[in-house]
Amino acid sequence: MKQTLEIHDLWVNVEGIPILKGVNLTVPRGEVHALMGPNGAGKSTLGKVIAGDPGYEVLRGQILLDGEDIVELEPDERARKGLFLAFQYPVEVPGVTIANFLRLALQARRGEEVALGEFYGKLQRAIETLEWDEAYVTRYLNEGFSGGEKKRNEILQLMVLEPAYAILDETDSGLDIDALKVVAKGVNTMRGPNFGALVITHYQRLLNYIVPDVVHVMMDGRIVKTGGSELALELEERGYDWLKEEVGA
Amino acid sequence: MSEAELKHIAEDYKWGFADDVEPELKLKGLSEDVVRAISETKGEPEWLLEFRLKALETYFQKPWPTWGPDLSELRRQMDDFYYYVKPPVEGERRSWDEVPDEIRRTYEKLGIPEAEQKVLAGVGAQYDSEMVYHSIKEELEKKGVIFKSIEDGIKEHEELFRRYFAKVVPPSDNKFAALNSALFSGGSFVYVPPGVEVEVPLQAYFRVNTEGFGQFERTLIIIDQGAKAHYIEGCTAPIYTTEALHTGVIEIVVLEGAESRYTTIQNWPVNMYNLVTQRALVHENAYHMWLDGNLGSKVTMKYPSSVLKGRGARSEILSIAFAGDGQHLDTGGKLIFAAPDTSGSIVSKSISKGEGRSSYRGLIKVPQRAERAKVNVECDALLINEASKTDTYPYMEIASESASVGHEATVSRLADDQIFYLTTRGIPEDEAAALIVRGFIEPVAKELPLEFAVELNRLIELEMEGSVG
Ligand SMILES: Nc1ncnc2c1ncn2[C@@H]1O[C@H](COP(=O)(O)OP(=O)(O)O)[C@@H](O)[C@H]1O
Ligand SMILES: [Mg+2]
Repeated sequence: MKQTLEIHDLWVNVEGIPILKGVNLTVPRGEVHALMGPNGAGKSTLGKVIAGDPGYEVLRGQILLDGEDIVELEPDERARKGLFLAFQYPVEVPGVTIANFLRLALQARRGEEVALGEFYGKLQRAIETLEWDEAYVTRYLNEGFSGGEKKRNEILQLMVLEPAYAILDETDSGLDIDALKVVAKGVNTMRGPNFGALVITHYQRLLNYIVPDVVHVMMDGRIVKTGGSELALELEERGYDWLKEEVGA
Repeated sequence: MSEAELKHIAEDYKWGFADDVEPELKLKGLSEDVVRAISETKGEPEWLLEFRLKALETYFQKPWPTWGPDLSELRRQMDDFYYYVKPPVEGERRSWDEVPDEIRRTYEKLGIPEAEQKVLAGVGAQYDSEMVYHSIKEELEKKGVIFKSIEDGIKEHEELFRRYFAKVVPPSDNKFAALNSALFSGGSFVYVPPGVEVEVPLQAYFRVNTEGFGQFERTLIIIDQGAKAHYIEGCTAPIYTTEALHTGVIEIVVLEGAESRYTTIQNWPVNMYNLVTQRALVHENAYHMWLDGNLGSKVTMKYPSSVLKGRGARSEILSIAFAGDGQHLDTGGKLIFAAPDTSGSIVSKSISKGEGRSSYRGLIKVPQRAERAKVNVECDALLINEASKTDTYPYMEIASESASVGHEATVSRLADDQIFYLTTRGIPEDEAAALIVRGFIEPVAKELPLEFAVELNRLIELEMEGSVG
């Protein structure tokens, strides 16, 4: 079995307007890739399309999860095959506690009941790693959370659900440096031969703590450059303009 | 409703089966003769027959409501209902073994004897017009707690009964209270002596079996000084193509410093007109909670009300309504602040699905004498589909200048971004929708005893299957 998340020639429209224009990208398990690029490049769109957001129209292309094309699958089916998206803007769901929701999600992914003891064990370990307060899990999902709390909650879910592939969409935005370190620690504990991640970020800052194996740059709906972690540093120093000229975007 | 529509709905309603039980007596049509026959069968005192006959007159005199849901089909059928159907059980039984097999099996399917064993202090089971089973835990009986059918309440405790009966809801209150007063049969009589705390709930279960039938239970609950009790009612019926009618009257007296709760989980089939009057009289420093859950019925008109009669009296009205195709649930509550330092709140959560319609109707009265009264009203509506409807009729009459009044109302739609967020975690769309709905009603549902909360969640999951996408 192939152990990669592969995007092949992906074209996506929103309300008739082309946003992704032939994206090609491969993230193998065991690696962390960064996806950088200016605002409006299409990074979040790519994340949501991979997760199966029905608001986007896929015109062409493939999304291969361990070799299987998942373009036609519903978001929950994709998740059960091992995909996870940490949202740039996590959604509030009043009245539903984090603990209750996460246990349902874990059970859905496994297709069987998960004993309370096991579940709370996992939850507790994740909370400790994220240096969070246990009281949060009895709060309603993202309701009244600060931006930083929402992001931490996304990583908590990542750690409990243990997907094969995770896409983290600007998990760093809105975090102070201490929170950033903690979130990075959470992601780093997930790293290993069975886990691949695509870390979407605007800034180099996060990549000091989650050091990527590969860096991709997206502009105007395409991947225009791919390199090692030094590429992120170069972008931090020189901005995106030189690259725009280089690729003629 | 067409056969096809009915079949579609019946598939989701698992309580829609009917028993093959031959009633002992069936009385059809609305007339003085029928009222006399009911009274005679029950061997009632003369004063009660007179009360009934006078109430029937009041019913005929009062006009049909010109507001609220459409009652025209019901009105056409008023002469054709069976107004009294006596099951073949002589008197109510205290042991399930004495209840005829077919009827007992129905209650077993509904899980009543099991719940009685596990989580209830007592159970009353009504089948069509009569209570066929009524039982209370012995230790409570020893403490003087009375939990009987309304008929036995009249027979065995006539003086106590007469002191409170029809004082909270007189027949003249409204047309359907008058109808119930003329025809009432079954329901419970509850008395909790001073200082006695009934920690686990008492439950009454109302089952309709006969087609074209009207059920008119009457319940009178008296919680004496400093006592405490929780009464729960549930109900189901077979689905028929013809209309059915359920018109209850519930009267509750909460004496000084007492605490009471009344919970309804209404799950009638969608051919039922459910027109119920519920009122509590709350005395000094006493507390009453109405928790009103309406899931079933074709039309419901039901506004549990509390009259805060004594200084420091408190009441909460919590309401959940879930209206699907072919349903109009007109619910809410009324709070009458009749003394100083009283406080009360209404929290209403309604969900409309498909072409369902839910309406919030509330009345708040704070006259001048209700100094320092505190009122809070919150009504939230959630719409699942494009065709779903909701409306609100919040009436407020505030004369007391020192009263504090809060009111908040929201309407929201089941949000695509919430569904997407939950499904990306692996939760299927239907379950995600059910989870959002459960979260929406959580502020009310958390007040339910665990077993009933679980049951409510299960009902919501059933309702939400295939409702989105
Ligand atoms: N739901 C949407 N409706 C309309 N336009 C959208 C929508 N989602 C994204 N876009 C547009 O697509 C482009 C790419 O957006 P996005 O993927 O959020 O970029 P990035 O995450 O790289 O900043 C932007 O021009 C944005 O305005
Ligand atoms: Mg973005």
